[in-house]
Formats: sequence, C-alpha cells, structure tokens
Amino acid sequence: MYMRTIVFLLFILMPLVALAKEPYKIGAILSVTGAASFLGEPEKNTLLMLSEQINRAGGFNGVPLEIIIEDSKSDETQAVLAAKKLLEKDKVLAIIGPSTTGETMAVIPTVTAEKTPLISCASASKITEPVKERYWIFKTAPNDYSAVEAMFEYMKGIGIARIGILTITTSYGDAGRIAMKEMAPKFGLQIVADERYGPKDSDMTTQLTKIKASNAQAVVNWSVGPSQVIVTKNWHTLKLGIPLYQSHGFGSKRNISLAGKASEGVKVPLGRLVIWDKLPNNHPQKALLKKYSTDYEGRFRSEPGTFGGHAYDALMMLTEAIKKVGPDKAKIRDYLENNIKNWSGTGGIFNMSPTDHCGLDKDAFEMVVVKNGDWEILKY
Amino acid sequence: MSVFLQFLFSGLTIGAVYAMVGLGFNIIYNATSIINLAQGEFVVIGGLLMWFFSESLRLPFLLSIVLAITFTGLIGLLMERLTIRPIKKKDLLLMIMITIAVSIVLRGILMFKFGKDPYNYSPFTEGDPINIYGAYIQQQTLWVIGITTLCIILMYLFFNKTMLGKAMKACAVDPTAARIAGINVERMVMISFVMSAMMGAVAGIAVTPITLMEYDRGPMLAVKGFCAAIMGGLGRGRGSVIGGFIIGILESMTAGYIHSGAKDAVALIIMLVILFFRPAGIFGSKTIIDLRRF
Repeated sequence: MYMRTIVFLLFILMPLVALAKEPYKIGAILSVTGAASFLGEPEKNTLLMLSEQINRAGGFNGVPLEIIIEDSKSDETQAVLAAKKLLEKDKVLAIIGPSTTGETMAVIPTVTAEKTPLISCASASKITEPVKERYWIFKTAPNDYSAVEAMFEYMKGIGIARIGILTITTSYGDAGRIAMKEMAPKFGLQIVADERYGPKDSDMTTQLTKIKASNAQAVVNWSVGPSQVIVTKNWHTLKLGIPLYQSHGFGSKRNISLAGKASEGVKVPLGRLVIWDKLPNNHPQKALLKKYSTDYEGRFRSEPGTFGGHAYDALMMLTEAIKKVGPDKAKIRDYLENNIKNWSGTGGIFNMSPTDHCGLDKDAFEMVVVKNGDWEILKY
Repeated sequence: MSVFLQFLFSGLTIGAVYAMVGLGFNIIYNATSIINLAQGEFVVIGGLLMWFFSESLRLPFLLSIVLAITFTGLIGLLMERLTIRPIKKKDLLLMIMITIAVSIVLRGILMFKFGKDPYNYSPFTEGDPINIYGAYIQQQTLWVIGITTLCIILMYLFFNKTMLGKAMKACAVDPTAARIAGINVERMVMISFVMSAMMGAVAGIAVTPITLMEYDRGPMLAVKGFCAAIMGGLGRGRGSVIGGFIIGILESMTAGYIHSGAKDAVALIIMLVILFFRPAGIFGSKTIIDLRRF
C-alpha cells in the first residue's frame, strides 16, 4: 500500500520536476517604500511588467527569468542587508538598483567582494567613477552633471551670464548644487545667489526674492517632489520677470497639472521618455519609448517617468547579456562593458566602455519648455 | 522696503500654516492633557479628503468642505473609541505614545488610498496675488489668516463661555474631581478628539492650495505646529497663533537676511531661548503648568 502511494505521488510530481527548469535569477534592491519611494515604485512596476513580457516570450531559450525584488525602505543599512540576502541566499547573477546614490554607495563593497555585476538606477557620477575601482558597477541613470551641462549649454546659447540657484537640502539637491557650481565656469556662467530650502517647506518666496535682488538673469531650481511645484507657484506669484529653469526631476505631467498656469514658460532638461510623442519618427529611441510608455500607462494608470526607465534599461541590458553569454557573472560584466555600444534605451543612446560605466552624456537630454500645459522641445 | 515686505509676507504665509495646525493641539490638550501627535495626520486627511470630494467626485465647494470636515471628525471619533478609550491604565505618556502609533497607521492607510503623489486644488478665490508696495501676497494666505482668527474666536468662546467647554477644561485639570462634580469625563475626551480632528481638517482644507498635500506631510506639520503651540503656551489659542507667526517670520527673515540654509536652526534656537526664559510659553502661566500633570 505504501509503495503504491509513493509511486502514485511520483507520477504526479514527475512532470513538474521535468518542466521546472531552474530559472536565471536577477536581484533588485529598490526603495519601494520610504523617502525615495517615488523612485522605487515605478522601478518595481517596470521590472515586474518586463519580466512577465520576457517570460511570455519564452525567457532565455526556455529558461525562465526570475526577478527577486527587495525593498530597501530607502535606507542604506536595509540595502546592504538586501544585497547580502540576494548574493548569499538567492545566488543571483546580477543586481539592479539600488534606487538612490546613498544606498548604491553602501552596497558597492558587498557586491564587489562577491564579484557580481550591479547596475544602479541612481545618478551621482561617483557611483561609476573612478571606473578602475568600480569594476563590477554600472549605472543607467545619466550623471547628474549631464543635465546641468545640457541646461547650461542652452543658457550660454541664449546669452545668460548670471544665474541664481535654489536647491533642496536632500542628496538630490546637494548633488545638483555641487554639479552646478562645478560646471558654471566652464559655460561662462556666474552663480550670483545660492539659496536652499527643506524638503517639506511650504513657501520659497523669500529665497526667490533674494535671487531676484541679486540681479540674476535666471533662476535654477534643483529638487524633486512637491517643492518644485511650490517653487513654480511662488515664481509665478511674485511675477519675478526672470525665467525659471527646473531640474530633470520636474519631468512629469503631474507637475504641470499641479502647478497649473504657473508652470507656463518653465524650462527643463528632460530625458526623452516623457516627450517621446514629440520626437521625430526616425529617432532611434522613439519606438521603444512608445511601447514602454503605453504598456506601462495601460497597466499601472500612471506615467513611468524617467526613473522607471532606468530600471527598464538595466534589465534590458542584462537580458541581452545573458542571452549572448549565458549565466556567467564575469562574462555578463564583460559584455556590459564592451558590447553596449550605440545601444538605444529609454535614458538615451548608451555607449559603455572600460573607461565609462554610465554610457550617457548630455545628449541624453533635450531642453524642453512648458507651453499650453504640455512639453515643447526647444530649438535655438 | 519691498524686499523686507516680501520676506514678511512669506513669513506670514508659513506662519499661518503653523498657527492653524498648532490650534488643533490645544483642543485635545485642554480636555485631556494629551499631546495628540497624530494631529498632523488630521490636517493631511482634511486636505486630501477635500481634494477627493471637490476634484475627484466634483461635488460643490461648500458641500466638499462640510463632508471633508465631517469625515475627519469621524476618524477622530474612531481614534478615540478604538485606541484611547479601551486603555485600562490611563497613563498620559502611554496615551501620547498611542497617538504616535495612530499617526503611523493613518499615514500607511493614506499611502495606500492616495499614493505618494502630492495633491492640489484651486484656491478659495481665483485671481492674481495682491500687490502691496511692490511685494506680493497670495489671496489664499489671507484666507488662512482669516479662518485662523475665526477659529481662535470660536475656541475662546467655547472654552470660556459655554458649559461644555468649561467642563472639558475641568477634565484636563483633574479628571477625578471633574467626575465627582458630575462631568462625564469619557464623553468630554471623545468630543475633544472629534473637535480637534475637525480643526485639523479645517487647517488642511485651507493650507493645501498653498503647500500641496501628500500622505507624509503630517509629521512636519505636527512638529512645526507643536512648536508654535508650546512657544505661545499650550492650551492658549492666541498663543499658538502668535507662536506660529513668530516662527514663520523668523524662518523667513533668517532665510532672507542670513542664509536660507540656516533658517530652521535659527528659528528653533530662538524658540529654545524663549522657552528658557518663559517655560510656559509666551502666554502660558507657570502656575497653571505646575498644577497640570504634563
């Protein structure tokens, strides 16, 4: 009797064992909750959506892809714990994320020690530089100074020489502030006012008034979240008379609708994801941006935003690498470094090399102005 | 001159927000001696519900206000019924800790319901900002100041001229004595939670067009509002208003004349200095504070 039961059970279990090939595992450490959840949320959604699409298309020659997403709660310690778990318990082939610069810097030593490729979704240039020490580390978000370069180049083109900068006191604002101070002399710009505000401040008219009084020809605000809408409204209220430039963090239609008519005339350096419908049809990024945007909006009823795109690019690079070289960490790394050339992603056209693990420059950005409640690409 | 005025207006705008939130702390404190640290969440709920009724459901403006205030009041009632009343040991510190827990739970629920995006609706009166000697002030700021004034007057009348208000104050000073005098202490506590939730909702409804509202704005509002309340003297309506405006104007002037990076620090240091010399706040009385349990 016992024997029969066992045989019977075996028969039932047999097909399962045969079918379930061990999947290729990719880990992701994302700030799904906490202060940076505005980054982690679209990144998580993107990875879930993409992995379904990849598996529906047959995975890697029949081997399914498994994405293991860990929530770092926007906290460095949690991110390191998540990295250890992914590396030691799940034995992943590669890691996507973390979402923020601080968390990425925190996990770099752990990941490097385990000789596992990591593609970060955060933007600070120090993540991949110096490249020699960042052998296993890549990133898909453009460097923070690339957006500054794109903006300053435009300003120089229209004859602006003195600017006032306004930055939020978070790591995002700090990075932007440092980048602007560093880049300004290279474009012949003088920073005549350097103002700051906290992430939950409710009024920035004081800072804007000071910038105006300093005789600046333009205001640059560097922040993400609701404060950039408040700055836009304050700028409009004060009738400041000098143009307002925002960081690429402003790149969401929600910001335009929240600020209403106050956002008219605001200029922003933007990645092409948010303005794909304004691109010429022959642009190499257009088709993939359109598919990603419409898929995402259809499923999650919200914009993917630039940040979701960083996760998209990271996963697409990894799948391409695994398809080409198989499940070998070192070979995947080499592929990322040497074979991602002229590669169209959501963030821009990537060109990785042994001296550049980011692969994007200022050409990843277009200068855009808000006009009639919509984006319009600026030509000068 | 216009620059100074602009800094002043900016300070008034910030201060009006703090003052309005600070008022809410006073009601529960006056009735129970509890510091309700979920007060910031009431403000957020008020603002978000107002958005929900007026923008999402497209209900008329006044109806939306009434509904937003009523629903927030109900949440205050639920909070008291579910978390404060069932406690056997009425320990003040314990109850304050419970309010922290409630604030975390409320924030989580708000995140699920409304997501992490900020919300906004148009100000009460449309139109250009008002220009006074070259400085601009938003019309909504004037609304907030007006509504705050109205709330103080109503609160003053309630706590000093009505039987119910006096009974509530008695409960805070000595619940046992109040009970002996025939006051239903439990009911007073319940009413105070409903009222302060409603007051929070009014604040949220009024300030959202200025600050926008998102699920995690509560703690910051609570901290600044609480500062305003203790600076003016806890339990004193006009105290929290003056406190709020002082902090707002200090922040704005520091940002304007020293540096914007130092504004929170300077405002807090000056607050500490004031509290050092007047521990009961500007309008508070030391004797009363000593008599109270917390």
